[in-house]
Amino acid sequence: MSPDIWQPLLLSLKVALWATGLNLLLGVASAFALSRWRSRLGNLLDAVFTLPLVLPPTVLGYYLLVLLGRRGAFGAWLEHWGINPVFTWQGAVIASTLAAFPLVHKAARAAFENVDAQLQSAARVLGLSHPAVFFRVSLPLASRGIVAGALLAFARALGEFGATLMIAGNLPGRTQTLSVAIYSAIEAGDEAGAATLVVVASLTCIAVLLLAGRLTRGHAPQRVA
Amino acid sequence: MKQSTRRCLALLFVLPMALTGTTAFAAELVVSAASSLTNAFRDVARAYEAAHPETHVVLNFASSDTLMRQIVQGAPVDVFASADQAAMDQAQAQGMLAAGTRADFAANQLVLVLPASSAAHVDSLKDLLGARFKRVAWGNPASVPAGRYAQRVLERAGLANALQPRAVLAQNVRQCLDYVSRDEMDAGFVYATDAALARDRVRVALRLDSPTPITYPIAIVADTAHASDAESFRQFVLSADGQTVLAKYGFLKPP
Repeated sequence: MSPDIWQPLLLSLKVALWATGLNLLLGVASAFALSRWRSRLGNLLDAVFTLPLVLPPTVLGYYLLVLLGRRGAFGAWLEHWGINPVFTWQGAVIASTLAAFPLVHKAARAAFENVDAQLQSAARVLGLSHPAVFFRVSLPLASRGIVAGALLAFARALGEFGATLMIAGNLPGRTQTLSVAIYSAIEAGDEAGAATLVVVASLTCIAVLLLAGRLTRGHAPQRVA
Repeated sequence: MKQSTRRCLALLFVLPMALTGTTAFAAELVVSAASSLTNAFRDVARAYEAAHPETHVVLNFASSDTLMRQIVQGAPVDVFASADQAAMDQAQAQGMLAAGTRADFAANQLVLVLPASSAAHVDSLKDLLGARFKRVAWGNPASVPAGRYAQRVLERAGLANALQPRAVLAQNVRQCLDYVSRDEMDAGFVYATDAALARDRVRVALRLDSPTPITYPIAIVADTAHASDAESFRQFVLSADGQTVLAKYGFLKPP
């Protein structure tokens, strides 16, 4: 019995793209803020933001479940608004976003710190507003690092398993991502099916990363000799 | 080039969104079942849907502990089928089960398996002390129910300490089966149903009586919004039809 490939594949792509997009917003914002705000508290926050890499994904998923489940403090409030992310693809996005967040944050922070401060000062002196300096100087100069982080985040999100299984469950056609489908195939003793899914996941990740590499090559600022 | 790449990116986003819509059924029943029940419950669900075409059974497989945690945190589950009484006990202690719906629906048996290629001959557990058995696998008793059963069986036979130096503790019963089927271990303890899945790669050397029976409980989750469908599914699992399907996968009738 060969498992259905398309549904888990498309779901995984959807979840990983959402997680990457969200992390681009969140990770760039947190990285930029912390690259500016150098203090002990800032360093502590930076360390806290790295925790998703340290904690086992199942543990991460368990705390997400406790927080966002109907019985959790935040989950009860969400339920009040008719939102329950448990056993939904949005839950999978939350799990993947959290798991991949440190990869964007760390890469973007290093990139922002490598931007020549004099260029930013010069832009200010020449009359650009703070947001304009960010969008026209800092962000373009940091973009290589940010893109590298985002690509890692995409790969991480595509492979996310432990936290996803906890909060999104393993509902075929609804929350069964490629990674979860591989687990289910192994549990069912269907090794050929699992191998097929592994090939699909690997090829997908390679294809998307190659494509992203091509798309972003022209956009990064060129080094001036 | 620029526009085409943008289109390409847009497609990448939109395509998965468009194609993953879910079909609406009149009634949807979410059944959380232990992963060792994967094949059996897929079949049970198919048989149930054939008899009740108005209901769509959505199966959620994970370890019994994971399923229990999801239910305790309020995940929208209607029926819980556990591989282990302990997980069901915890769900019950938290008030998550509908009163009077818990019942044992299947039993399993612990078996000693050898790699199919092994020429070893085993008459009793004592034979595991022979020089031929350098490494023996069972589940980690701290976290794997099958490992707890194996540990108890070995303790009862007075072999637990003697075998300790040869023990390799697996993270789950399927890993244990995998070790043996790949000839990495000289023997291993798994459930009869696991051995049946790998019939061509492992050989059942001994069938063991566990000091505590290995039984699988099912119950309806108290919060269910589909109480009558959930009850009808539970009844189906316990019925002769349901039991026939389970027997096909090597599950025994509960004592």
